[in-house]
Amino acid sequence: MGVVLSYAVRGLTRRHGAGEHAVLANDRIDLDISQGEVFGVLGPNGAGKTTLVRQLMGLLRPDAGTITMFGQDVRDAPDLPARLAGYLGQADHALAELPVATAVGTTARMRGLSRAAARTARAAILEELGLTAVANRPLARLSGGQRRLACVATALVGDRPVLILDEPTTGLDPVARRAVWAALQRRRDATGTTVVLITHNVLEAESVLDRVAVLEAGRVIACDTPGQLKASVSGDVRLDLAWRSEPPADDPTVALLAGLATTNGRRWTVRMAPAAARDALGRLTTGAAFAALDDFSLATPSLEDVYLTLGGASRDLERT
Amino acid sequence: MTVVPDARGASPVPSTAGGGPLPRAVLAVSDLPVSDLPGSDLPALPAVPVPVSPGAPWIPPATGFGAAFGAVYRGQLARSKVGRIPLLFVASFQSVGILVLLRGILDVDNTTAAGQVVAGSTVLVVAFVALNLLAQRFGALRAAGALDYYLTLPVPPAAVVLGTAASYATFAAPGTLITAVFGSLLYGLSLSGLWLLLPVVVLAGVCLSGLGAAVGLLAPRPELATLAGQLGMSIVLFLGVIPADRLPEVGRLARDALPSTYAVDALAAAFQPGIDWATVGTDLAVCAVVGVAALAVAVIALRRVATS
Repeated sequence: MGVVLSYAVRGLTRRHGAGEHAVLANDRIDLDISQGEVFGVLGPNGAGKTTLVRQLMGLLRPDAGTITMFGQDVRDAPDLPARLAGYLGQADHALAELPVATAVGTTARMRGLSRAAARTARAAILEELGLTAVANRPLARLSGGQRRLACVATALVGDRPVLILDEPTTGLDPVARRAVWAALQRRRDATGTTVVLITHNVLEAESVLDRVAVLEAGRVIACDTPGQLKASVSGDVRLDLAWRSEPPADDPTVALLAGLATTNGRRWTVRMAPAAARDALGRLTTGAAFAALDDFSLATPSLEDVYLTLGGASRDLERT
Repeated sequence: MTVVPDARGASPVPSTAGGGPLPRAVLAVSDLPVSDLPGSDLPALPAVPVPVSPGAPWIPPATGFGAAFGAVYRGQLARSKVGRIPLLFVASFQSVGILVLLRGILDVDNTTAAGQVVAGSTVLVVAFVALNLLAQRFGALRAAGALDYYLTLPVPPAAVVLGTAASYATFAAPGTLITAVFGSLLYGLSLSGLWLLLPVVVLAGVCLSGLGAAVGLLAPRPELATLAGQLGMSIVLFLGVIPADRLPEVGRLARDALPSTYAVDALAAAFQPGIDWATVGTDLAVCAVVGVAALAVAVIALRRVATS
């Protein structure tokens, strides 16, 4: 069966600034994003994620390279991204003083929905994202999370074939975050909506993305399904230990782990083969060191581990 | 390393990836009702195998000017309900204050000069809103990166500029009426030609708001946009309110170069006993032409911001 590509990106390069201070924000990026795919862009601050999606939306002109949407070069049809894609940027200043219902309703009208259709779509999306109770309040008077959620509603209303979302769930509480993930997957499943989203959130990346591109300093350093990425990195598991007090240094298991662990205060993280980890944990929980052990966990590698192995810095990642 | 779509990309609706235990979020999401065959009803998927489809499945059309203008206008009106009413008073008080001030200086019997003062004060209300407030608004939107919102919607840029301007004008319109009527009464001018206020305000509004938007969009910093807007308003004030025959030569030249002058002159004619329709028509035509040009500049500025 033929694959319909929502986006085909080739050699995309974009610099910010000029002369000595020029920064290569995107460096020869190639991407294929299929229709009906939830595609994620993961990376630390300053990796060029926003620059990438702003080019996908036609908000920035590439210095080099091409972007085609459903086979059409966007240079030949500059209005194509605006017609095909709903966009959620990071700034919401344009909507700040509008009541939620007005913001969503007028956005639907600007996407060409009739008055009646805009009303219906507005009611549906507010209900879906749990915003009905605050429909008449201006965005600026909402909590940070609700405000972000209202902006997500404006991006989703009008059912575009493509959604480009720059950190849609930043600042949301877990319930709202799950509502957004469900809304995205519902659209993907029901109408084949393509979703491109930027995320810092490991759980988001692992649970909602079909594929993820890892960006580092303007380059795509890896791109695959979360499962494949994790498998490609290593077969190791991660053993996390938290000590109540100083562990007994003369215990041979403790001494072994101390040599391998990355420590953060009394928290130790050890990456090792599954059998060895199981074995070590068994000896710890039955031995003398157990008295000093406060908490422990044994986990398969997460995207965070992938990210660290590929050279990313974990301080920028969220885990909940 | 560059990226190649993996084999799973061949499926139009790949399942949620995983291996190992599913995170809780996936379980929660998969509980939701979904169609039995996800993606089976896609208009996008061709029935026969083809390479990358050259035709997009369904490209929504761009939104027409009318609907886009209406939506921008309604949105801007909603946001202005809170803070804009005090501004309306400020704009009118400023003009009314000038009328009262000049009443003590001007010879009341000189209806030409009086008409010009009243017309100048009235157009000043428009300038306050269109040049000052609009430049400020677009400068702030640009600085905050908030224009992306409009630029990523399939609407004509002119609808964004005019819709925003019109929402401000809704608050300015009563101010112009108050100023014109108050001025006419204060200076004993005839009110019979007052209907000319409507075309004058509309055309001056389009003209000055186009300029205000362009200033706001082109200024490198929002403070400069605000400053330029205020400067523009002051120029309209001085060159509009001071009667032409009292200006020095250079002032008269500047006055002729200022687009708002033609709105002032058209309105000033309305207060005179015998209206020279040819002159009024010409003045209004100049306003309209400059208005279209100013809007074109604003639209180009908006596009330029889009891809800068």
